[in-house]
Amino acid sequence: MTLPLGRAMREVFGETVSDLADTDPRIVMLDADVGSSTRADIFEHRHPDRYLQMGIAEQNMLGVAAGLATTGLIPFVSTFVAFAVVRPLDQIRVLIAQTGLNVKITAGYAGLFTGVTGKTHLIVDDVSIMRAMPGMVTVCPADDVEAAQALRWCASYDGPVYIRLVRDATQRLFDDSYSFEFGRAVVVREGRDVTLISTGAQTPRVVDAAELLAARGIEAHVLHVPTIKPIDVAAIVAAAEKTGLVVTVEEHTVLGGLGGAVAEVLSEHRPTVVKRLGMQDVYGESASNAELLELYGLSAARVSEQVEAICRTVGKEVAAKG
Amino acid sequence: MTIASRDPEIGRLEETARRIRVEVIRGVNQARAGHLGGPLSAAEMLAALYFRVMRIRPLEPDWPDRDRFILSKGHCSIGLYAALALRGYFPVEELATFDSAGTRLQGHPDMTKLPGLDMSTGSLGMGISAAIGIALGARLTGRSDVRTYVMLGDGECQEGEVWEAAMVAARYGLDSLIAIVDHNKLQQYGWPGDGPDGRMPPEVPGELVAKWTAFGWRVLEVDGNRMSDVVDVLDRAREGDGRPTVVISHTIKGRGVSFMEGHYFWHTRVLTADEFATAMADLGETVTTTTGSPR
Repeated sequence: MTLPLGRAMREVFGETVSDLADTDPRIVMLDADVGSSTRADIFEHRHPDRYLQMGIAEQNMLGVAAGLATTGLIPFVSTFVAFAVVRPLDQIRVLIAQTGLNVKITAGYAGLFTGVTGKTHLIVDDVSIMRAMPGMVTVCPADDVEAAQALRWCASYDGPVYIRLVRDATQRLFDDSYSFEFGRAVVVREGRDVTLISTGAQTPRVVDAAELLAARGIEAHVLHVPTIKPIDVAAIVAAAEKTGLVVTVEEHTVLGGLGGAVAEVLSEHRPTVVKRLGMQDVYGESASNAELLELYGLSAARVSEQVEAICRTVGKEVAAKG
Repeated sequence: MTIASRDPEIGRLEETARRIRVEVIRGVNQARAGHLGGPLSAAEMLAALYFRVMRIRPLEPDWPDRDRFILSKGHCSIGLYAALALRGYFPVEELATFDSAGTRLQGHPDMTKLPGLDMSTGSLGMGISAAIGIALGARLTGRSDVRTYVMLGDGECQEGEVWEAAMVAARYGLDSLIAIVDHNKLQQYGWPGDGPDGRMPPEVPGELVAKWTAFGWRVLEVDGNRMSDVVDVLDRAREGDGRPTVVISHTIKGRGVSFMEGHYFWHTRVLTADEFATAMADLGETVTTTTGSPR
């Protein structure tokens, strides 16, 4: 059994921010010439007077967003992660994070699914960068349901937010009864053998991996962490205590991202063996989504294999000590 | 600048520019750190903006309909602080805290600490982008009377972001946006050449006018250390013509202090006691023992 596909987060992004703007005249959208890809074009069609094309000039765009925020408007900045985070990083630091201005960096094309673009567009370290920045909130929704809710939440939050959105349709984890709560992690599967902690669109694949593991006699406890910063310390500690062995899984480098955050939390609050799955200090490349997931060990099958191996080796040591 | 203008208002503004310069020298001297050349070149422009041109309410610094000013060349913060203090945003005595622990007067302007600052700056090239955002925001919220002023350095115009911003501002026909380039012909160090002190100026003569014109801006030039001309050009700049306006303000770096004028190394430097005394004398200020003396 695998989780079904949901809608693409980018479609949900264009629609949700447009819906918000229907009732909130403060919302404006900034685009850097990729609205037809990020689906900021949905906003342009519905609110043409509040759609601000900034051209292929992202450093300026982030600065313009800061200025707009000082006039009481709520700017949503939209382009690919590569150009929303990495290229204008100093503008984000000085004009948005240091000022605390109310700018929403809603970046598309996060993770591996970047439309066969290769390593220039495939950013592996945006979560590490953004969560290290004082004053910046970092949110990685699991699916279209959570993305819509996180976008609605961020419009009501006064301050800088980074939301990581995926280009292509990914698996749906949550139903309509789900309620995103800022700063809260959620247990999406109960288990006693190993704790899997994941974020973003990787979480549905981890839930699938847990099903595969169950068929092999390993019951995984799965914690989804949509808010990377501020991180839910209590939920991570509780999830670690549940099994005594933690494996983090992320569609991102293991250096400083979710894996780094979890290791930091547990080393200070509840020392636990932590293994980190994800991009192992490498750049990405051009390939189909399915091929990339296989290549970097992030498909449900590959995650389950790696977790099983960890349980067979490290898990025994942990059990022996415990 | 030693001869007061016959026009009383121009005379008062010249005196304000002189007092800004005095506070710049005092502030940097007390902090034993900070920038001198740039704030001194910009003093007339700061005085004219804050004491005549801008519609502001010092006692209501967040007044939504106020004109905005962003010091994109944020390292010249002490010049802006002096103008704000003299204008009544905060006590002039607070200038003595410049750069010290706990101060609202940070080395580079921090809007989260000091009311009256319309943007935090310090990393060059960024202020003009924020100014565009403010001008667009004022337009979108129906505040059409708001004018947004942003002061850049001429060296700062080497930043690529400045030209990204110039492109976008022209695209939106932002004629409520007025950029001022303090063209003092020197940057911190620059390329080796046959200019002052063996360095080249940041731009070749005429280059800034040609560039801003090519980017679709209305370009006005002025002797930025001549108050009557500064006032005239800012009055003209206020009336838009469908394009953003840039004022190329020809100034002298270190203006007003004999031994600083035209020398790149006074961009930032600590004064000796003798230099401090000479600077104050150049500015027509009597040094007392209680204020302004070097530590």
